[in-house]
Amino acid sequence: MSRFLLPLAAFVILIPIFMVGLTKDPSELPSPFIDELAPDFTLPSLKDPEKTVSSSDYAGQYALVNVWATWCVGCRQEHEFLMELSRSQSVPIYGINWRDGRSEALRWLQALGDPYVASGFDQDGRVGIDWGVYGAPETFLVNADGIVLHKHLGPLDATAWERDFVPKIGGGS
Amino acid sequence: MKNSWLALLLFVPYIALAIDTDKAFEDPEMQARYEEITAEVRCLKCQNQSIKDSNAFLASDLRREIRRLLEEGKSNDEIYDFLVARYGEFALYRPRMSGKTLVLWIAPALLLLLGGGVIVNIIRRRMNMPIEDDLQEPTNT
Repeated sequence: MSRFLLPLAAFVILIPIFMVGLTKDPSELPSPFIDELAPDFTLPSLKDPEKTVSSSDYAGQYALVNVWATWCVGCRQEHEFLMELSRSQSVPIYGINWRDGRSEALRWLQALGDPYVASGFDQDGRVGIDWGVYGAPETFLVNADGIVLHKHLGPLDATAWERDFVPKIGGGS
Repeated sequence: MKNSWLALLLFVPYIALAIDTDKAFEDPEMQARYEEITAEVRCLKCQNQSIKDSNAFLASDLRREIRRLLEEGKSNDEIYDFLVARYGEFALYRPRMSGKTLVLWIAPALLLLLGGGVIVNIIRRRMNMPIEDDLQEPTNT
């Protein structure tokens, strides 16, 4: 009888591990920037190429940095929520328009509304790489000291906002 | 007539279709390093391809950055550090040994030892068994 104990024990241990594993999304990678200083950036402004948008624009306050593009379906999905968020004025949203065309991006903002305080125009994706971006949309929550508190991969919605962002904004100062 | 035209087609040079269409380095040593590094880096968007094999734009962006870093005279390790700082150890197909990745490196050896131990145990036990079956015919009846 005891010869079955070891395989049974292995089975009992492995099954919960596999079950947890099944619920995880392998495309969701942990960002090395969590609890670390967010990378600095300076980009030409999407709306006015003469001006720049930089990470110092939101220094000293909580801010969202949202990586978006017009070719990105998830960005279209979350746009409505970003609009809502910008109306609530809880936290300023800065955009990084990633690997996109300027005229397409401007048309998008005109048609759907502009939730961003400002968007930087990252045409060649250099800033995207600095931020470890691998798939838009990605949303970073940065605190007043420029520390990344959270990174959300995929379209942002009210559920994820309440669950992952609100407690972190309310929590520390 | 038709056949000779077809035969002529054989002389049309085959077009090389490459994923990486960027210009090769002048220096063959640099080119070799470039190819070595790009084969070691995972395309984060298409996780089972290296950035050498992937035509996702993220892969071509990363190839461009690696090319730039090589031209700046960075060492291979400095380039890997650059990528790991942004994308984590997962970006490398062979993550470096560190506190976080230790279990990845040690687990195969541990499992091999465990399995080997089980086999040795079974063999030992069987060696102690009598060689001849002394199963006796039931004598009653």
